[in-house]
Amino acid sequence: MKPPPFKYYAPTTTDEALALLAQYGYDAKVLAGGQSLIPTMNFRLAQPSVLVDLNHIPELFYIEPDKNGGVLVGAMTRESQVEHASLIAERAPLVHETMPHIAHPQIRNRGTFGGCMAHADPAAELPAVSVALDARFRIRGQTGERWVPADEFFIGFFTTALQPDELLVEVALPPTPQRCGWSFQEVSRRHGDYALVGIAALVTLDDHDRCNQARIVFLSVGDGPVEAHQAAKVLRGQSPTPEAISAAAEAAAGADVDPSSDIHATADYRRHLVKVLTRRALGQAFGRAGFKNDE
Amino acid sequence: MSDLFNLTVTVNGTRYERAIEPRLLLSDFLRHELGLTGTHVGCEHGVCGTCTIMFDGQAVRSCLMFAVQADGHDILTVEGLGTVEELHPLQDAFRDAHALQCAFCTPGFLMTLVPFLEQNPNPTEEEIREAIAGNLCRCTGYQNIVEAVKLAAQRMAT
Repeated sequence: MKPPPFKYYAPTTTDEALALLAQYGYDAKVLAGGQSLIPTMNFRLAQPSVLVDLNHIPELFYIEPDKNGGVLVGAMTRESQVEHASLIAERAPLVHETMPHIAHPQIRNRGTFGGCMAHADPAAELPAVSVALDARFRIRGQTGERWVPADEFFIGFFTTALQPDELLVEVALPPTPQRCGWSFQEVSRRHGDYALVGIAALVTLDDHDRCNQARIVFLSVGDGPVEAHQAAKVLRGQSPTPEAISAAAEAAAGADVDPSSDIHATADYRRHLVKVLTRRALGQAFGRAGFKNDE
Repeated sequence: MSDLFNLTVTVNGTRYERAIEPRLLLSDFLRHELGLTGTHVGCEHGVCGTCTIMFDGQAVRSCLMFAVQADGHDILTVEGLGTVEELHPLQDAFRDAHALQCAFCTPGFLMTLVPFLEQNPNPTEEEIREAIAGNLCRCTGYQNIVEAVKLAAQRMAT
């Protein structure tokens, strides 16, 4: 099948794009990287009558240092640019570690950082990473701008806080806290396939080498990023020994996730992967934070 | 039918101007409008890699772009890589290492590997396998493709 006809616009400024979205509302779809949208149009699962192409808006493509020590990423920045940016490697190591897991290099050459977030595929890596990092999303409409934290941006299945006449223009990645460790892990059948289960973990240690904070977020186990609050509760204030980490992994698999079965994996197998990946990710993250297991 | 778009695009060094529908995929534009059928169509959702071309020097899926998005840009397809008389060293290596049988996947592999070798002129086997993870082959079992890349890297270094 081929896509059905649509009206095509290629605005050169964000304001122009917003005017088009205000004009067409739900009839219009935004074209960013197109690596998720165009497959759905090729299969006629999506049939927008209007496409607003953002690829000619230079002001949306950037990676810049934030004054607070973090990084500001323009929504149209290509995933491959984020993957190879030294600023990201230095200031957002969790993002840097995640990027090679996203599809394949050919996809990352067109796919965009903001487009991935706005699409909100439950199997996508970046939404889970953005929740673990407590990233903030800058949304612009014709009437002004608003900031939404990551855990309020992702509302459900392919659904975000974006209104039809709004654009995500920037993602703000916070600075790396003191005594911080991170890890990204995922399991897929072949390299580059959608993850069966994935985990993004960000942890910090206090002055006594106990867990201060733990953000543990899963992908592919629900309608969007799923945060493991029980697992985090188990860890807070504890020394992150293998025993503590095992307990957290049990909590994550038993209490925090309720995965479903599909053609790729059963719910049971997903639960199993949650347990295994939690152990691996927390072990790596606390190690990176500086915890040494002296037992 | 939607309004036609006046596209200007450079493909393999030649500038083309065509009036096309926005919904025309770049893969179909190259094949049907320009007659460059070396770029193949397999899955039309980005996983098989047979449609891979070079767009402004980077490997991309031509089935996941509308031709109108290529306006003002620079494309290289397998036809632009070498000629029968003078193959690209990578094509030579594919032939010498028997890295193709039916050759349906081959153009996609070549257009993936050209930018890869530009950035990684001396790759490890692990790096090669990861680089080709986005291209599927039903015939060869990939081993000879990996050998061809090693051979090409060796030859291109001298």
